[in-house]
Amino acid sequence: MNWVALKMLTGDTSKYLGIVFGVSFAALLMAQQSAIFCGLMRNTTSQIRDIQGGDLWVMDRNVQFIDDTKPMSENVLYRVRGVDGVRWAVRLYKGLARARLQDGNFQQVILIGVDDATLTGAPAVEQGKLLHGKLEDLRQPDAVIMDEFGWRYLHGDEPFAPGKTIEMNDKRAVVVGLAKCNPTFQTFPILYCTYTQAVRYVPQERKTLTFVLAKADDGVSPAELCRRIGEQNPDLQALTDEQFFWTTIGYYLKRTGIPINFGITVALGFFVGCAIAGQTFYLFTVENLKQFGALKAMGVSNLRLTRMVLLQGLVVGVIGYGLGIGGAALFGFVFERVVTNAPPAFYFPWQILAITGAAVAVIIAVSAAVSLRRVLFLEAGVVFR
Amino acid sequence: MISASNAGAVTLPSRPGSGSGAAVRLAGVSKVFGTDATRTVALADVSLDLPYGELVLLVGPSGCGKTTLISVVAGLLDATRGEVEVLGENLSRMGGGRKVRFRGENIGFVFQQYNLLPALTAVENACVPLLIAGVPRPRAVARATELLVAVGMEPHLKKYPTQLSGGQQQRVAIARALVHGPRLLVCDEPTAALDAASGRTVMGLIRQVAVQPDRAVVVVTHDSRVYDFGDRIVRMADGKIEGVERKSAAV
Repeated sequence: MNWVALKMLTGDTSKYLGIVFGVSFAALLMAQQSAIFCGLMRNTTSQIRDIQGGDLWVMDRNVQFIDDTKPMSENVLYRVRGVDGVRWAVRLYKGLARARLQDGNFQQVILIGVDDATLTGAPAVEQGKLLHGKLEDLRQPDAVIMDEFGWRYLHGDEPFAPGKTIEMNDKRAVVVGLAKCNPTFQTFPILYCTYTQAVRYVPQERKTLTFVLAKADDGVSPAELCRRIGEQNPDLQALTDEQFFWTTIGYYLKRTGIPINFGITVALGFFVGCAIAGQTFYLFTVENLKQFGALKAMGVSNLRLTRMVLLQGLVVGVIGYGLGIGGAALFGFVFERVVTNAPPAFYFPWQILAITGAAVAVIIAVSAAVSLRRVLFLEAGVVFR
Repeated sequence: MISASNAGAVTLPSRPGSGSGAAVRLAGVSKVFGTDATRTVALADVSLDLPYGELVLLVGPSGCGKTTLISVVAGLLDATRGEVEVLGENLSRMGGGRKVRFRGENIGFVFQQYNLLPALTAVENACVPLLIAGVPRPRAVARATELLVAVGMEPHLKKYPTQLSGGQQQRVAIARALVHGPRLLVCDEPTAALDAASGRTVMGLIRQVAVQPDRAVVVVTHDSRVYDFGDRIVRMADGKIEGVERKSAAV
């Protein structure tokens, strides 16, 4: 009888496609919007993921997310180094600077100043993050390394060539390398330079230190070290990469309207999908009520009818889900290749697949339940009327 | 317009079973719908025996209880009172699940509006009762084809209901009703949606292929033009049996 159920489903092509469209549309909207949302949230943490080498970040206790920099005095570095369990600690500058381009225009840039001696925090060469140039070039006077999105943003399709100059705080900066960075939330170009250089590129402030990157001794867990640093320095907070990642995301979730707006779109996709798929499935069932009645009269039990309707739902659910997820993935694929001068905000983790799948299952269950109600309470005698 | 000329003889599936005694025995059967102000008595103390090997016509004006009576006989409705014995089984004491299985195994249905599944071809429609019984599809299709050929539908096996005339659809419905060899065939106004000639052809087919010594056939109709196809005519009015007329010979 499964065969009969599938023939019934596909026999009415327009309704069959209508149900599949409803489910696909819902899956597409939910998955695509969720992927953009996850992409945006992930982009807020790009520097946390890009700046590697240390086990933990030390910052002012009032810092709420990576871009919320609160300048600290230089002695914080020595206080951190003095905590038992710290193998090493280095300075890191992170902030926004205003760059004057060769054509006279101004552009905000994300400026990252890494430790002069060790270059800790610079693009990880061993991970292939440096696309052009050498990390050691950062030690040359006025040298900066730019990220590839920034390069494309400022210079379009022009191939990378070292030697382009920009001006920050009346100081010259020469681009000596190109780095591959994670897309950022603000989409500003990223410039890496030494800490000493970075301090020169921003208008003079009394305090300039924004973060301290620290490494734990062997046998000391980063979490334990964070606790010790916090205990001994109540004005500071120390977070591991993961803690800082979630603290930053938590800030954007709580303090911006982004989740609400995306949540509304995702909910809309869910409800529209429910409405289209549910109504079409219901109409399909109502139009086939006489046929279901005939099957009942001929000896098909309610359990079997339930299985038939659920099978129909399962088939349209799987096809609709596949088309929707495929469409969302295609969107991301095309989006990343078409929009090359802006960092993509599209991240498709397995959790989106699972949650969208669960939502589609709910849509199908609701649609099938509405339809089944009519079928199960249908008197077989209706066929004689 | 359809013709019965190509409805050749066929060995129809039938089951070994009692060909003697009553196929259907109703004793004091009443059926009441609604309560109080909406109370409607559809059947009032009906007692009736229907024998094997005969085509029984159930006739009477609209609303007299014909459809309710065959619904009770077919196990689609439960009687409010009385005993309903069909093919030796007491339906009044049968549980829902068992009744569904009993219907699937023993009763064939021909409906006024055919109720063919529009997504299935003629042969696929005809094999549905066998699929319900769990017969593998190739075997079911083979038996359904045999029966459709018998009712003159050989050129239309692969056609969908929408591509068939009313008479042709009813032939498919007859094949479907008989394909699993039921011992009771229940037909509800099988000629109502057909013109006179097609109606007579369909009744002729039912008579020719359905009436067997071990099978009872009950046809509800108010089409007086087909009365001569019945072996016995049961007249109903106001939920009661008015009379039973035994015919000496059928057409």
